[in-house]
Amino acid sequence: MTKNEKRGISRRKLLKSATALAGVAAGSGAITGFPAVWSQEPKVLRYLGTAVNQSDDITKKVKEDTGITIEYISATTDDVTKRVITQPNSFDVLDTEYFSLKKLVPSGNILGLDAKKIKEFDNITPVFTKGELPNGKKIGDQGTAPKKVMFLEGANSTTFAKEVTEWVTLIPTVYNADTLGIRPDLIKRPIDSWAELLNPEFKGKAAILNIPSIGIMDAAMVIEAMGKYKYPDKGNMTRQEIDLTMGVMTEAKKSGQFRAFWKDFNESVNLMASGETVIQSMWSPAVTAVRTKGIPCVFQPLKEGYRSWASGFCMSKGVTGKKQEWAYEFVNWFLSGWAGAYLNRQGYYSAVLSTAKANMEPYEWAYWMEGKPAEKDIHAPDGSLLEKAGAVRDGGSYDDRMGSVACWNSIMDENDYMVRKWNEFIAA
Amino acid sequence: MFSTFRTSGVPARLQALPFALVFLLFFIVPLALVVLVSFWDYNDYAILPHFTFRSYTETFEGCYDQLPNLCTILKTYVSTVKFCFIVWLLTLVIGFTVAYFVAFHIRSTTMQMTLFLICTIPFWTSNVIRMISWIPLLGRNGLLNTTLQSMGITHAPVEWFLYSEFSVILAFVHLFTFFMVVPIFNSMMRIDRNLLEAAYDAGATGWQTLWNVVVPLAKPGIVIGSIFVITIVMGDFITVGVMGGEQIASAGKIIETRLNALQFPPAAANAVILLGCTLLIIAALTRIVDMRKEL
Repeated sequence: MTKNEKRGISRRKLLKSATALAGVAAGSGAITGFPAVWSQEPKVLRYLGTAVNQSDDITKKVKEDTGITIEYISATTDDVTKRVITQPNSFDVLDTEYFSLKKLVPSGNILGLDAKKIKEFDNITPVFTKGELPNGKKIGDQGTAPKKVMFLEGANSTTFAKEVTEWVTLIPTVYNADTLGIRPDLIKRPIDSWAELLNPEFKGKAAILNIPSIGIMDAAMVIEAMGKYKYPDKGNMTRQEIDLTMGVMTEAKKSGQFRAFWKDFNESVNLMASGETVIQSMWSPAVTAVRTKGIPCVFQPLKEGYRSWASGFCMSKGVTGKKQEWAYEFVNWFLSGWAGAYLNRQGYYSAVLSTAKANMEPYEWAYWMEGKPAEKDIHAPDGSLLEKAGAVRDGGSYDDRMGSVACWNSIMDENDYMVRKWNEFIAA
Repeated sequence: MFSTFRTSGVPARLQALPFALVFLLFFIVPLALVVLVSFWDYNDYAILPHFTFRSYTETFEGCYDQLPNLCTILKTYVSTVKFCFIVWLLTLVIGFTVAYFVAFHIRSTTMQMTLFLICTIPFWTSNVIRMISWIPLLGRNGLLNTTLQSMGITHAPVEWFLYSEFSVILAFVHLFTFFMVVPIFNSMMRIDRNLLEAAYDAGATGWQTLWNVVVPLAKPGIVIGSIFVITIVMGDFITVGVMGGEQIASAGKIIETRLNALQFPPAAANAVILLGCTLLIIAALTRIVDMRKEL
């Protein structure tokens, strides 16, 4: 379809309804000074997701480059899932984590994207498509590794495809490798294993997160590190394995190992910043947040590896016609580099590395992605100082960090049983 | 007294209709749905409308086998009811004292109203903020611990100030005492001052007057305040979460965890159980005081 045709259609619509007219007026007003080709039609996408990828900078840039107005609906991961299941018509584009797909895909409430319409699809990092690094190194695939749930058999399929197909459940946007956060000034010795979380030395000073499906994965990393058990798949435990894992954790809880559990980002920052805890499960930006308060905090690489997560885009089943085209346009824009660089500068990783690299300064790329000492001061996207020149990123380069992934966030087949056991753990 | 106002026939029913409709639409219907859903089956992503006791049997799973040890649900309820009782007792004693002071010891009405309004000041900010503001005070490196240590009273930080049952109860009392003060103060203001004078003239001590005149006449206020406090504490999971460091179980927390895992039927079943328990406590309370007679 040519741009002229688009204009024709929108004019016809314009004559038909007064509401469209009001919308057009608002749309054209907001983007004065840009080519009139798309100023005729307000392109609006309702974007449901967690706050990770959502920022004013991104909406401004999208609007500038494509004319699409993004309306954010932000919610916690659990609430995003709830909303997709119960109100699939309340959003257009969905940004969610791969591990939620086990619930979302069978519900039939989301539409996969057509890989052929994604310009950079072939350049997406093989972490997603093959479960390996760009240099060919295989990485851990326990749990809901993206490659296991990446493809569908058809556009409206409710089952995952075993091999690569044209239909993609989620076009990846951002991912990271999580580990424990520590307070080096209060611990005063090197930490190199997940087992330290349950070390009695830190009695009353440890914490984990109170999100059952993620918390149990951290617990499993600890139990393996202690040498108590080796899981065939930490992300998909049997009932016996869940009992064993929660048993060890309950024992630790009863003996007073934990100071608190946390549920959201800010709680984890406060626990660490106030010195209530010295070692805990943490997310990378939370560690940064503690550090920007001038308090030393390290996102500690551990010898057993990282617990990884990844998220991406798909559409609601209710999205058709024009909206679908805008959604593809938006996803293509997202992968075209500016957003990728923006995410990389926050310590996350972008799905298409080549385009992100083109949008970053060489010294930034060297610091964030190659694990080299910073040549200049490193600033966050909002301009605040993150690291002084000479600093090295925790965990080193992309290859070192993503190469050491041991497992992925997941939803187990025994999820229901696990949630009951988790409640038991909290009540213990 | 009511009977003199009582009219009969169509007009009275019409007058009652709007409220009856609101009651039906926003209370009875949702409640019936919750009860209905609690008997349905579910999988990872959907509610399956087949009748089953699954949510209830799984909630109480192992409760019989584990005796004399308590299972999760019983442990949770024991803990919730314990909080409820302690908080009820503390808010009652504090609330009653505050209300008594303002109602009987302050002579001028202006002063009474001023003091009463001062009590509302904490309510100008949100619940969560009032809770969170305790954390820097009670924490390991908080104000209280540093003060105690610098005064030489303690040598190491006291751990149980924060993220403990103590901090949960403290926050509850702080948040909810006012819900006791208001109804008790209200009933006290209605007490005929001549009765107090009569008691004094008859030679009653202050304590006897309090126990035999004021307390019985303030009963409706006490019961209303108690209902407020008990229903809130029974259902609370935010205060228990924030002040208990998410480590203490509460009936509300179980429901929240289940909802977050998209397991609506067991969440509904737990809500029904919670409602049942709360109603039992309220029923016991209203047994003690016949509310309708007292009002």
